[in-house]
Amino acid sequence: MDLTTTYLGLKLTSPLVPSASPLTRELDELKRAEDAGAGAVVLPSVFEEQIVREAAELDIALAQGTESFAEALSYFPQVSEFRIGPDEYLEHITKAKAAVKLPVIASLNGTSLGGWTEYARQIEQAGADALELNIYYIPTDPDLTALEVENTYLEILKAVKAAVKFPVSVKLSPFFSNMANMARKLDQAGANGLVLFNRFYQPDIDLETLEVEHSLLLSTPQARRLPLRWIALLYGRVAASLAATSGIHTAYDVLKVTMAGADVAMLCSVLLRKGMGQIAVIQKEMTQWLEEHEYESLAQMKGSLSQKNCPEPSAFERAQYMRILTTYKLAI
Amino acid sequence: MKNFMTLDGNEAVAYVAYRCNEVMGIYPITPSSNMGEWCDQWASEGVRNLWGTIPSVVEMQSEAGAAGTVHGALQTGALTCTFTASQGLLLKIPNMFKIAGELTPTVFHISARCLATHALSIFGDHSDVMAARMTGFAMLSSCSVQEAMDFALIAQATTLEARVPFLHFFDGFRTSHEVCKIEVVSEETMRAMIDEDLVIAHRMRAMNPDRPVLRGTAQNPDVFFQAREACNPFYFKCADITQKAMDKFAGLTGRQYRLFQYEGAPDATNVIVLMGSACETAHETVDFLNARGGKYGVLKVRLFRPFDVRRLCEALPATVKVVSVMDRTKEPGALGEPLYLDILAGLSEGVAAGFGALKTMPRVLAGRYGLSSKEFTPAMIKAVFDNAEAAQPKNHFTVGIEDDVTHLSLKYDPEFSTEGENVVRAMFYGLGSDGTVGANKNSIKIIGESTGNFAQGYFVYDSKKAGAVTVSHLRFGPSQIRSTYLVNRANFVACHQPVFLERYDMLQPLVPGGTFLLNTPYSKDEIWDRLPQPMQAQMIAKKIKFYVIDAIKVARATGMGSRINTVMQTCFFALANVLPREEAIEQIKYSIKKTYGRKGEDVVKKNIEAVDHTLANLFEVKVPDRVTSSFGIPDPFTADAPNRIKETLGKIYGGLGEYLPVSAFPCDGTFPTATAQYEKRNLALEIPVWDPKTCIQCGKCAAVCPHACIRIKAYDAKELAGAPATFKSTDARAPEWKGLKYTIQVAPEDCTGCVLCVDVCPAKNKTEAKLKAINMQPQAPLRAPERENWNFFLKIPDLDRRRVKVTQLRQQQAMRPLFEFSGACAGCGETPYLKMLTQLFGDRAVIGNATGCSSIYGGNLPTTPYCVDHNGRGPTWNNSLFEDNAEFGLGFRVSIDKQREFACELLKKLAPKLGDDFVNALIHADQRDEAGIYEQRERVAALKQKLTGDSSSDAKMLLGVADQLVRRSVWIIGGDGWAYDIGYGGLDHVIASGRDVNILVMDTEVYSNTGGQMSKATPVGAVAKFAAGGKPVGKKDLGLIAMSYGTVYVASVAMGAKDEHTLRAFLEAESYPGPSIIIAYSHCIAHGISLDTGVGMRQQKAAVDSGQWLLYRYDPRRAAAGENPLQLDSPAAKMKVADFMMSENRFKMLTKSRPEDAKRFFEKAQHDAEARWQLYTYLAARRPAGGATVPVTTTAA
Repeated sequence: MDLTTTYLGLKLTSPLVPSASPLTRELDELKRAEDAGAGAVVLPSVFEEQIVREAAELDIALAQGTESFAEALSYFPQVSEFRIGPDEYLEHITKAKAAVKLPVIASLNGTSLGGWTEYARQIEQAGADALELNIYYIPTDPDLTALEVENTYLEILKAVKAAVKFPVSVKLSPFFSNMANMARKLDQAGANGLVLFNRFYQPDIDLETLEVEHSLLLSTPQARRLPLRWIALLYGRVAASLAATSGIHTAYDVLKVTMAGADVAMLCSVLLRKGMGQIAVIQKEMTQWLEEHEYESLAQMKGSLSQKNCPEPSAFERAQYMRILTTYKLAI
Repeated sequence: MKNFMTLDGNEAVAYVAYRCNEVMGIYPITPSSNMGEWCDQWASEGVRNLWGTIPSVVEMQSEAGAAGTVHGALQTGALTCTFTASQGLLLKIPNMFKIAGELTPTVFHISARCLATHALSIFGDHSDVMAARMTGFAMLSSCSVQEAMDFALIAQATTLEARVPFLHFFDGFRTSHEVCKIEVVSEETMRAMIDEDLVIAHRMRAMNPDRPVLRGTAQNPDVFFQAREACNPFYFKCADITQKAMDKFAGLTGRQYRLFQYEGAPDATNVIVLMGSACETAHETVDFLNARGGKYGVLKVRLFRPFDVRRLCEALPATVKVVSVMDRTKEPGALGEPLYLDILAGLSEGVAAGFGALKTMPRVLAGRYGLSSKEFTPAMIKAVFDNAEAAQPKNHFTVGIEDDVTHLSLKYDPEFSTEGENVVRAMFYGLGSDGTVGANKNSIKIIGESTGNFAQGYFVYDSKKAGAVTVSHLRFGPSQIRSTYLVNRANFVACHQPVFLERYDMLQPLVPGGTFLLNTPYSKDEIWDRLPQPMQAQMIAKKIKFYVIDAIKVARATGMGSRINTVMQTCFFALANVLPREEAIEQIKYSIKKTYGRKGEDVVKKNIEAVDHTLANLFEVKVPDRVTSSFGIPDPFTADAPNRIKETLGKIYGGLGEYLPVSAFPCDGTFPTATAQYEKRNLALEIPVWDPKTCIQCGKCAAVCPHACIRIKAYDAKELAGAPATFKSTDARAPEWKGLKYTIQVAPEDCTGCVLCVDVCPAKNKTEAKLKAINMQPQAPLRAPERENWNFFLKIPDLDRRRVKVTQLRQQQAMRPLFEFSGACAGCGETPYLKMLTQLFGDRAVIGNATGCSSIYGGNLPTTPYCVDHNGRGPTWNNSLFEDNAEFGLGFRVSIDKQREFACELLKKLAPKLGDDFVNALIHADQRDEAGIYEQRERVAALKQKLTGDSSSDAKMLLGVADQLVRRSVWIIGGDGWAYDIGYGGLDHVIASGRDVNILVMDTEVYSNTGGQMSKATPVGAVAKFAAGGKPVGKKDLGLIAMSYGTVYVASVAMGAKDEHTLRAFLEAESYPGPSIIIAYSHCIAHGISLDTGVGMRQQKAAVDSGQWLLYRYDPRRAAAGENPLQLDSPAAKMKVADFMMSENRFKMLTKSRPEDAKRFFEKAQHDAEARWQLYTYLAARRPAGGATVPVTTTAA
């Protein structure tokens, strides 16, 4: 079965792409992904904030208590050079490229415009095939308008696009007043792909310790509904590639988001639970389903149930949602 | 081309030693540690020596061990050297005799330091090197940083040719730590100086099985003497060879040295003779006096051993009438100190032999100066010259102190000064934490390396670790700076912390018309009225130019937090006119990039922003023409301090110790305890505030407080009469304390603001969960009311110890700590253990303390944290040495047991008089708990009463030992450097002795006091000095070794992980009637954790949760009862070791410098932790012989 797809202008042998996660930090895991048939890999995000913070922490830790007490003017040996900055990440890109033949997509979360562009440039030089901008941003300032938030995204994208030549996608959250408009603006600003959607960490409360919990929840299959809708809405309306991410756990999920119009399906929680080998399982089940249903290729079904192509375009619109709510009955 | 660099004496010496050697055997000791550290760092960075190989640097378990290794390395042919000082040199002496006896070329570089006598001192004098003068080592003295570098090479070149080993010494701190612009000896010069044929000759003499020899024989009376004399020709030639090397060096560098170097008038009559850094000041003084018509000279003794009589005499002008020989050491009971005796004998022999131009023997006077880095100024040197010219000069005098007991001291005129007009002299008062010293070192580099000026920096540090004050003394000038004394005529003084206005008379050293720069939150218009009266008066009288800046504001605005160093440095350059302003700013920025570049772009950016924002915030204050202030500088000690304490210790604390005369001091180093309470340091910007409504009275806040600033009392309600309005009280919750009131009180002026208490508080406010039962609030508004509350609290009687259930932390913490307000770091991880020890046993504790952090914060003058209860009882404390502490403590036990035994014998003898029942009760008293102790004390009091007036010998002798009938708690305490390394042999012997001693090892896993060198307690992967690339092997399991005896109580504890387990271990250890050892995990500033955010105890918990640190108790009493003696009290690991490691910079920094190694070490650490857990699980589960199986894990109640 022909599962090939094109994402960010890159030809992929499969739409299954392990998304940025701790798994893709390990070279062995990248090799496993390749062996299992992944189409590409997204490396974990490099966080500018973290790099800056780590440098500051190192500075504080090395300076703490120094030049105070005659017997201990310092507490650590002088080390002439530290690998501060994205060096380690860049090295990982190089090693990843050497380890696998798959396209390697880097992921970046910046805090300053300078940081975004500089790191993007370095990532391109390190040999990544593409870059995913992981704009991880929750506006909490009540004075910040929706327009300002949107412009921030666009500025970052434009600045990065101006700085690099390789494809750039944007991973974004669904929390825009008009998602479709935002997607179009990003598309017009030059995004080569839209990755839908970023899952923000959701804090919880621990009743015993009276503390806010920081644990990260893995996605459930229900989460797939959100990207599915928006991909279906955007398919054919933007030039950018579309990647579905969140709640994609099975072959059926992949088939569904492909029918909605996704070029690739990004996998995370399922791989964290079951390992990279699960890619092969999903692939096998997809092939089986496609064969059983007499599809010629995956490409054949892409967007077949997008809003544009589906028999009931309004199904993806909000009114429908209202109807479900009003007709919903408790299953007692 | 001449290459100038700005470095300190230690680096200058290490620079040469490293390049000329192949092996270095090292061990940390102040002030020499840095030499070994430099070598280790260079080796880890792959720096090569003259012959292109990277030297091997080996850290040993002690200086004795280092000397043994050096001896071995030399004997097998490697070019080998070592570095040490003070007690370290003493430990090397036995090997030095051997090395010299075998005519082995080597150089021992010594930053000369005081030996411990009535007290320890880390500062400089010649008592250590003088103690080594009969080892057979040649002794070469350098006087300055330049000479220290030059002589390191001259010594190396000479020893290879002469085969006499060299002790190259220079003054600890004054030279070892003085930062100075010097001309660096090039590698070409080094190569030219070191004769490679001699290196090969050294190898050819080495032990080699291909041409075997035997050394180290035992010889008998028939031959030993002759054989000992066989080395004479080498010693006879050594001086000539040394001078030859000096001459060759002069040819290569232009710097000519002589074995006895005379400077001064060619027709001088009055000459001073000395060694070390004081030569420079003497040289400066002689030049100054001679320029004004004097006839003075200084003779700098370079080569003290072998002593060259001819050159001594040849160096002196024929006109010399009187010679004052100054020794920087004291040899009590001797005719005179060593240099004096040698000069006296040398002149006597030389003049008789007709050497030199002297026709008659000059008068020779002896003087002592400068012990423990005591200042030796031109004024004092002038006093020495004046004394020599007096009709009846003092001999065997001292100078620099006031001796009002034996009246040996010379008077001097403190106003006499030789400071040149063209020298910029600046002083900076800062806190250790604000980066002042670092910035000044930087300024010296900038000026030294970007201008033709010479530059010198010397830094005076605090002996307190929390809130440490630093005073920097900088000089810049167009000609060589010889002033080896503190700046006392400053033309620029900067105060980097406004709080110093209340503490120090900073304007006293400022010259008229000088500049004073103050960091203050007040504007130029507000500041005048905030200055104390004496400061205003001096400003007006001296017409001082006064500038202010709110450096904190600038630093915060640019993301620098409280590090104001860059801001203040910029101000200095703007005001001091050493460099044109614009150029200075460019240089500062360049140096920021150089200094901080390795720490990342952002750090550089913030510093540069701080520079750019400084000048707009720097303002000149127009000094009014009259004094308006009504307040002065407050007394250093609180009003309630006894006068005798105020008179001595108070003055020391107030910075006036210099002026105290001999009579102010005890003759034998004995000081009262309980004096830390009188100094109110007010270090905390925020202090904890108790919320009784939220509090669950668990006692954790008090338990973890490193400075005993949080206290708990349970008391009768009637005690509340007269309580201040804001004094808080609630009902005690413990059922046993029903009806009592309960208070947690904070000592507002002693708290360091470390936040540990808040961090461990488990109670949460039910309506605002961010609040706990104890919360930080700004100190300033609370200071006065809380001071009143604290004083009231102290007056409430302590709860009767018999009413405290000591096994429950919540009650135990109501016991009064007898260790308070120490000089330990804010957030210290050691002191909570010590405090708990004193709460439980302090009123009958005898403590022997190994040298290290705990001896410094425990026994550094002026004040002592060990204190007394309402009966006047408390720990009695002593520090013997670093290496012998276990033995020292065993001595306590043996002595106390002997006296108790004697007391019992006498009691039995006196039973007819005293009554059999009474005697029996005294001898067989059950003293296992507080009630038993209480009753025994009552009996002893009764006994003393009965004995009073009885003049029989037995009664008098019994009276002398009766106190020992109350059970003594002997504690041997120290850090891991002592217990795992230098003192391990003794510790092992003591725990094998079976005697009832208690050992507390406060394990910080590194030599904390000397600045973070690796010990055998350092875990795998930790970066430490001497382990810059991460420690490759795991930590020694001291507990397991101790357990192997089967008769030792062993506990491994971590208060932050399980506080009641720690408590239980202390109680069990102390009650065990044999040797006990508690190994206590102590978080430390050297771990690279952010102590000011109160994370210490959390880190302890993480260490345990990851399995990196195990909690267990091994009690031989359980084995006797048929149970498994080992109880593993740690739960199975809840987190990965790597997660713990990444939370501490000591591990994490390796991931930034050597990520591959870090990964490997982290994996090994995980593996080791799992293996150790399995081993302990296995051991704890074993079925004891003849007993039942015991549970694998038990939980402390």
